Amino acid sequence: MSDLAIRCEGIAKQYRIGQREPYRALRDTLTDAVTAPFRRVRAALGGGNGRPSNGPATIWALKDVCFEVKTGEVVGIIGRNGAGKSTLLKILSRITKPTRGSADIYGRVGSLLEVGTGFHPELTGRENVYLNGAILGMQKAEVARKFDEIVAFAELEEFIDTPVKRYSSGMYMRLAFSVAAHLEPEIMLVDEVLAVGDAQFQAKCLGKMQDVSRSGRTVVFVSHSMPSIRRLCTRGLLLSKGVVELDGRVEEAVERYLVHNLASEFVLDPDPQKPAITRGSATWREGSGIRLEVSFSSPTPLVPPVLGFVLGDTFGNPLFGSNGRFDPHPGMPEAMESGTIVVHIATEALRPATYYLSLWLGDHYGDYCRLERCLTVEVGTGAGETWRPPQNAIGSFQLQTRWEYDPAPALSGAR
Amino acid sequence: MATLPGEALRVDPPIALAEAQSARPHVAIRPAGGWTGLELRELWQYRELLFFLIWRDIKVRYKQTALGATWAVLQPVFTMVVFSLFFGRLAKVPSDGIPYPVFSYCALLPWQLFAYALAESSNSVVANERLVSKVYFPRLVIPVAGVLAGLVDFAIAFVVLIFLMLHYGIAPTWTIATLPLFVLLTILTALAVGLWLSALNVQYRDVRYTVGFLTQIWLFLSPVAYSSSLVPVRWRALYGLNPMAGVIEGFRWALVGKTAAPGAMLAVSVLMVMLLLVGGLFYFRRMENNFADVI
Repeated sequence: MSDLAIRCEGIAKQYRIGQREPYRALRDTLTDAVTAPFRRVRAALGGGNGRPSNGPATIWALKDVCFEVKTGEVVGIIGRNGAGKSTLLKILSRITKPTRGSADIYGRVGSLLEVGTGFHPELTGRENVYLNGAILGMQKAEVARKFDEIVAFAELEEFIDTPVKRYSSGMYMRLAFSVAAHLEPEIMLVDEVLAVGDAQFQAKCLGKMQDVSRSGRTVVFVSHSMPSIRRLCTRGLLLSKGVVELDGRVEEAVERYLVHNLASEFVLDPDPQKPAITRGSATWREGSGIRLEVSFSSPTPLVPPVLGFVLGDTFGNPLFGSNGRFDPHPGMPEAMESGTIVVHIATEALRPATYYLSLWLGDHYGDYCRLERCLTVEVGTGAGETWRPPQNAIGSFQLQTRWEYDPAPALSGAR
Repeated sequence: MATLPGEALRVDPPIALAEAQSARPHVAIRPAGGWTGLELRELWQYRELLFFLIWRDIKVRYKQTALGATWAVLQPVFTMVVFSLFFGRLAKVPSDGIPYPVFSYCALLPWQLFAYALAESSNSVVANERLVSKVYFPRLVIPVAGVLAGLVDFAIAFVVLIFLMLHYGIAPTWTIATLPLFVLLTILTALAVGLWLSALNVQYRDVRYTVGFLTQIWLFLSPVAYSSSLVPVRWRALYGLNPMAGVIEGFRWALVGKTAAPGAMLAVSVLMVMLLLVGGLFYFRRMENNFADVI
């Protein structure tokens, strides 16, 4: 235990909400992102808990978080919106102080809560690299040394002396990520910065992050992307309502997160002015497979109503999807204002496990409503099952196989 | 608050462990505990960031304006012309035997520096809210950078004064050697007030509207258009409670050398600035714990 990198003891953070409403418009989006879930929670509680509506209300974003990270560990922090992930990272980054508890960090810390912090549109790419480097804690000489590498990684050699305001958003993000990726601290705190640029660059970013996590550096990584978390991290920390719900292997944490945050049916009360999914349920029955039932309503008829779904595993990987637009099927009505669509999905090819479903609704003209991982369904009863290797080792499918055994011995050397 | 769960559980690391880790930097994160030290050493470690923030402010301002650096000259020159016309010619305000344009320009130089630095620094923390909410660094860097960025404009406007003094045939005396001290005092005055206002501005955006008004009133309370010799001698030390009074008379004395050295008044001004500055530094440090949460 002589190689401790981070130790948190009883970290708690209280936020004050509902004060000084007139200035809300001036707060930045992050503060909004932090407080919005709490406000929603309060609204869900009815708002009538005896507290005057304009008085100061407080909420504990974190309560008693304890954990330790050893040098070289790569830890993923996961949890729903408002679980306290970002607050925890902000405390470890020293951007805000805990209300209670303490944390100790041993080593040079670099934190990356956002890419491109401090980028100024009027300055050129070159100028922004130096500015951003200084903001992230790099010495000028260090930036100068890595400058060519940074520009090459961002693939922006030709445009480096162009003001950043003339960049496309993709170019901007590439440069921003590239500066950040060349930060070389001993301990790295990273918040959801991988979704940058096009798919090709995203793969490059993830690859770079993988290099970082394998270089023996300590990394604490917050993300909603379960595949990224699984690829990068060895250990998972699941936060739920401000407490550590699970601290263990990354597979365990991801699975618990995906399973616990899902339901086999839902009812929504969306804006009646827009086409939307109002209800959904998914059930599995031996012999008939998954039955997906989705209700929708729309102010104008959907021509034709198109329901799409994606079936995925609990690690966040999509496995299969279908929709009426690309897979036209018989019985599709020409137009429909509201109603229920039932989809039967044959599951012979799926191994018994928990799966999730994402849904979207659209018509010939476009997509209107998208619900990510809104349903879970348990495939297989588990009855009479023998032990099987875990899903993350062997996969989700059981395809039909045919085996042949030839008892004749192989002739050595003869081809 | 006495028995917190986290504190009750805390066990000090064994000595061997503490020694093994002493080579690596150790960051201790603790709850905000009211008044804290200034950590000026850490501020020094971040001097490169300070430099880059100043550089950014200056570069962006000159890139975004059509006239660029000309503004640094136009503002004080036009003000000087208007003052010379109305206060010098029409109202015949006494100017201690100095040609009125030189008299007022000597005062407008530090005044413009002060007004600009004050406006920039008091708005600085709010203007850099993304930095404050996303990156750690000593927050004091922000208002300090805001204040120092005004020095470039000051240097440019200073060139005009050289021409003005040549035109009126005024040669500086040995007192000009003290000028850097008065420039420093101007900066410290702006920083002292700017620290209070920038921290307050995070909590109460009303400050933004107050600064313009405050600067206007302050201009008339300071001996820019008139001389502090209009103030009765026995009140002059009291007049020094306005730090800019000492600064401006100091500037005139350093540049032209004809007026009397602003003794008691300057001493009061310096004392006042030091009080405001030290108070401002500690106030800022205390308030900065909340910046990321309330900004």
